[in-house]
Amino acid sequence: MGLLEKVEAAHLKSDRPQLRPGQTVEVSVRVIEGDKERQQKFRGEIINVRGGGLRKTFTVRKISEGVGVERTFPLHGPSVAEVKVIKHSKVRRAKLFYLRRKTGKSARLTEKKTVETKPAT
Amino acid sequence: MMGLIGRKVGMTQIFDEKGEAIPVTVIEAGPCTVSEVRSAERNGYQAIQLGFGTNLESRFSRPVLGQFKKRNLPPARHLREFRVADLAGVEPGQTLTVAMFEKGTHVDVRGVTKGRGFAGVVKRHKFVAGHASHGPTAGKQPGSIGSSAYPSRVLKGKRLPGRMGGVNLRIKNLEVIGVNPEQNVLLVRGAVPGPTNGIVFVEKREA
Repeated sequence: MGLLEKVEAAHLKSDRPQLRPGQTVEVSVRVIEGDKERQQKFRGEIINVRGGGLRKTFTVRKISEGVGVERTFPLHGPSVAEVKVIKHSKVRRAKLFYLRRKTGKSARLTEKKTVETKPAT
Repeated sequence: MMGLIGRKVGMTQIFDEKGEAIPVTVIEAGPCTVSEVRSAERNGYQAIQLGFGTNLESRFSRPVLGQFKKRNLPPARHLREFRVADLAGVEPGQTLTVAMFEKGTHVDVRGVTKGRGFAGVVKRHKFVAGHASHGPTAGKQPGSIGSSAYPSRVLKGKRLPGRMGGVNLRIKNLEVIGVNPEQNVLLVRGAVPGPTNGIVFVEKREA
């Protein structure tokens, strides 16, 4: 392990799942209002995963009241309280930006019933 | 100024209490051995010479090796003097580590910038580039470099293309984000001159 990875390792969150494009996830986001803190859920499909280590981010897209909304989260950022994987979908590319041009039925992904899990490294 | 010799490891980010990402450069700084002390009486100026890194003994010339042998020190790959105001308590053979830096304080970092070769005027002097299309005279050209009849020459200091990079650069007042003496690691906010694995000099700022 290089020195850079060692520095990052101390800040990595161990409770984060393996994220892949096409997964449907529910992200609990910490929201601070005044002096109160609450959690907001953001549920949608992962269309982009980029970066590595502490710099890994993922983009979640959902359709909210007919409008497409995307948010990019740092996977190991403290503003992300929890990431829950709800569904896996059959996906043939790493970036699902084509979904932005699709609406309604054609914007759906087919669910993958069996999921092969990568052995922990 | 008291300092250390180090190696630039690379950049990453760290999250602060507010959850904001801080861009940091990871520097493997020290441990450095004091290989020589220059005093005002003997040398006319006050400085400490620090050594960093190792190398095969066969890589050193005999005169250089002799300098280390004299003090019974392991030969160091990189040597550099740091001017210090106070020589008290500094002796040859002593080891300095990152523990001398404190989180929250500020340091200067010096290094040689990446060489950029013969660079154009847009990269070298931040000229604004013209449009890429729509006919002639566009793109990254410098444009007119002066008037004709008077002064009939190009003024001295006119910013033109040329060699860029590969020069000494000191970045002042970088905040120390983290110190880890076990790994000899220093985290500093922002960027630092030079390539990854380049040698940098970290200096304490005088209060």
